[in-house]
Amino acid sequence: MPLYHTDDQAMLADTVTGFMADEGGIKQQLRHFRDINCQDGFGHGLWKQFAEMGLTGMLASEADGGLAMGHVEAGIVLKEIGRNLTPSPFLTTSVMGVTALSDGSDDLRGRWLPGVLAGDSVLAVAVDEGPKHRPERIAARAEKAGNGFRLSGNKAFVVQGASADAIIVAARTSGSDSDVDGITLFAVPKDAAGISHENLRLVDSAMASNIRFDNVELDGDCVIGDVDGGRALLNKVLNAGRIGAAAELTGVGQGSFDVTTAYLKTRKQFGKLIGEFQALQHRAAHCYSELEIAAAAVIKAQQLLDGGSEKAELMVSVAKAKAALACNLSVREGVQMHGGVGMTDEYDIGLYMKRDRSLAEFMGDQYYHAERVAQLSGY
Amino acid sequence: MSDLESFRQEIRTWLEANCPAEMREPVRDEGDVCWGGRNFQFKNAAQKAWLEACVAKGYTVPDWPRAYGGAGMSPAEAKVWREECARIGARPPLSSFGIWMLGPALLKFGTEEQKVHYLGEIARGEIRWCQGYSEPGSGSDLVSLQTFGEDQGDHWVVNGQKIWTSYADKADWIFCLVRTDKANKYQGISFLLFDMTTPGVTTKPIKLISGNSPFCETFFDNVVVPKTQIVGDLNRGWDVAKYLLGHEREMISGAGGGDRLNAIGAIVARNGLEDPILRAELAMFDVDALAYGCMGEKFLDEAKVGKAHPAQPNMMKYAGTELNKRRHELLMSAGGATALEWDSERTSGGTPARSWLRTKANSIEGGTSEVMLNVIAKRILDLPGA
Ligand SMILES: Cc1cc2nc3c(=O)[nH]c(=O)nc-3n(C[C@H](O)[C@H](O)[C@H](O)COP(=O)(O)OP(=O)(O)OC[C@H]3O[C@@H](n4cnc5c(N)ncnc54)[C@H](O)[C@@H]3O)c2cc1C
Ligand SMILES: Cc1cc2nc3c(=O)[nH]c(=O)nc-3n(C[C@H](O)[C@H](O)[C@H](O)COP(=O)(O)OP(=O)(O)OC[C@H]3O[C@@H](n4cnc5c(N)ncnc54)[C@H](O)[C@@H]3O)c2cc1C
Repeated sequence: MPLYHTDDQAMLADTVTGFMADEGGIKQQLRHFRDINCQDGFGHGLWKQFAEMGLTGMLASEADGGLAMGHVEAGIVLKEIGRNLTPSPFLTTSVMGVTALSDGSDDLRGRWLPGVLAGDSVLAVAVDEGPKHRPERIAARAEKAGNGFRLSGNKAFVVQGASADAIIVAARTSGSDSDVDGITLFAVPKDAAGISHENLRLVDSAMASNIRFDNVELDGDCVIGDVDGGRALLNKVLNAGRIGAAAELTGVGQGSFDVTTAYLKTRKQFGKLIGEFQALQHRAAHCYSELEIAAAAVIKAQQLLDGGSEKAELMVSVAKAKAALACNLSVREGVQMHGGVGMTDEYDIGLYMKRDRSLAEFMGDQYYHAERVAQLSGY
Repeated sequence: MSDLESFRQEIRTWLEANCPAEMREPVRDEGDVCWGGRNFQFKNAAQKAWLEACVAKGYTVPDWPRAYGGAGMSPAEAKVWREECARIGARPPLSSFGIWMLGPALLKFGTEEQKVHYLGEIARGEIRWCQGYSEPGSGSDLVSLQTFGEDQGDHWVVNGQKIWTSYADKADWIFCLVRTDKANKYQGISFLLFDMTTPGVTTKPIKLISGNSPFCETFFDNVVVPKTQIVGDLNRGWDVAKYLLGHEREMISGAGGGDRLNAIGAIVARNGLEDPILRAELAMFDVDALAYGCMGEKFLDEAKVGKAHPAQPNMMKYAGTELNKRRHELLMSAGGATALEWDSERTSGGTPARSWLRTKANSIEGGTSEVMLNVIAKRILDLPGA
């Protein structure tokens, strides 16, 4: 398959690009909801519009009322979310959450997907238990109790954790903390007794939650997929989140780069446009190269994931790491090339830098993924 | 079965029958490369057989038209061909400046007669070409070149000096930039082809830091070049030269199917990898190298359907060559003392060290990294002050 969008995908990209620029822009969305100190960190109105366009269920099957699209298409939306820094539950809900629920029973899908597709519900995914992404180690435990489970443990950095209607939790149902097997995924309703949240505003103004589960009673039908055999599904959810975050990072990097090159063409110093200085031109050209290469890795990984290739795992890690490196370069150079105004809240460039930092940590940073590249390559 | 799948099957069967086992080993050094030309000495029978089999089918230049010695493959078929060759690790049957650089320029700018004549020779590996662009005073600022061709009616008389002419001493013909109008800087250069045995052409090898002498100073003293041997219009050679440079940059960047930029961690680790920081650097390199591999694929896919920016090869060249230099720095570190050996049998004559030194030219030859960045800044990013 060639590494560019098909005609259908290009059409989707055109639509989404226009829509997000009109409705998802920094002023209307990010700045607005930040300045009113919104406790969800995103706007429900836009989420409803996502639903009207069919975007909330783009990864759900047609039988479930979705569009049965793939990661390439979800990535198109995420890139525009990134470019506009649009606060949205799309990644956790429509990409990771829907991927998880797709393996769930009819009952479970019937319970949660209609709300998601309608833009009424939000999902969050709770995997990590500390400040860094370590899905290999899961200590939160769900013990068999009656015909259900009793869940206890802590989950950290759960994005949209406080506003989610259901939290998809990876918990241990057998074995010890670092065992591969013995994992089960649960869809935990937000109002279950025994859940407590420590809600946190992050550097990028998004809301995350450190969640404590204290003997939370769960029905057996909260289980997604197989008891004890959830590792494969968890990996699928993580890969969806990783490639999604990578796509969003390429959007953040591109948005920041566009703002910066525009600035280079208007700001004058020493009687010249600063874009005339070779010291800045070369760094801009280097940024451009890295962003292009990252975008190539991302579409390759998306296609491999959609095609079910065995090489997808490796390329997803390459893409997440490379997108993080390229985006980070773009935002750092962006702030620097803006000079003093780059440090002000009034200019958008700093907002890109903040979003980059958050997305870089989400589902594993470049070090985590480079390590995975080494391991998957056999060294 | 789709047409493309049956085509793949056909290629697979043909490769199985025609690509000798010795030609499925990685290229170790210069001696393994088949350059063709009048005086080329084949390294072994397998190298000769592999070339001849490919020439017979047009597979040395699979996507050139059949009339010019190619196999007339579509872009999709050519991709299948590359993939199938890569799958069995087949060496290129023929490496040549004719294929990489002159050929595409002739396809675009050549007359029908030139195409039939020169492209056929290139496809069959009969003539080895060299590139006469750079001069002692004209490197990055190539357009300042001074070598002059004086109009004598049906021919020019060329005088001047070229430098850094790769394989000038081994080449049969040269494609050469010559000033034909002194008053006009850009529109005063013509693109001439001539035989290196023409009276008045002499070459003198230049020794490199790698100890090898793959390139020369080239002198022209009253060299007679017939007027039929111009490519493109008189004084418009700069257009041909720039077009050709795009292909040269693509070739150097490794996008044209080279395997030099692949991930290396796994290869290095086979001999043991005890230093955790080196391992980490290899992993970070592999991230960059694998991502760049995707870029190469994307670029070729997009270029084939006209979606790539025309200045994109500059980016590929810049990123690919910087990556290749980093790769060889890491290979030197991984090899340790062994990699320092200059001429031992164990290292096939000091290949690691010599290759490492050779890669330093990657970001100079075909236009330096700085010049690539200038081009990106101006032509792609449209930054001011061009
Ligand atoms: C937190 C903070 C506190 C400050 N406090 C003070 C203070 O107390 N008093 C005070 O007077 N000022 C203060 N400043 C201002 C500071 O000195 C200026 O921001 C600084 O001199 C840069 O100028 P500029 O912001 O106009 O950037 P510009 O000059 O517009 O530069 C923009 C970009 O272009 C680059 N550039 C400009 N010229 C060239 C060139 N010739 N070649 C290559 N690149 C070039 C710059 O390096 C930069 O990357 C402060 C700034 C900040 C951020
Ligand atoms: C291995 C090898 C093989 C080659 N083969 C051939 C061949 O077959 N045929 C042929 O014609 N030529 C060949 N060349 C020559 C090659 O194209 C030139 O070396 C190259 O174009 C650079 O020119 P220069 O060496 O004169 O460097 P210079 O132009 O003198 O550059 C010196 C330094 O200044 C920098 N610089 C120059 N101008 C600028 C600018 N405007 N902005 C910023 N930095 C700048 C350069 O990037 C470089 O770092 C070969 C070179 C090498 C190393």
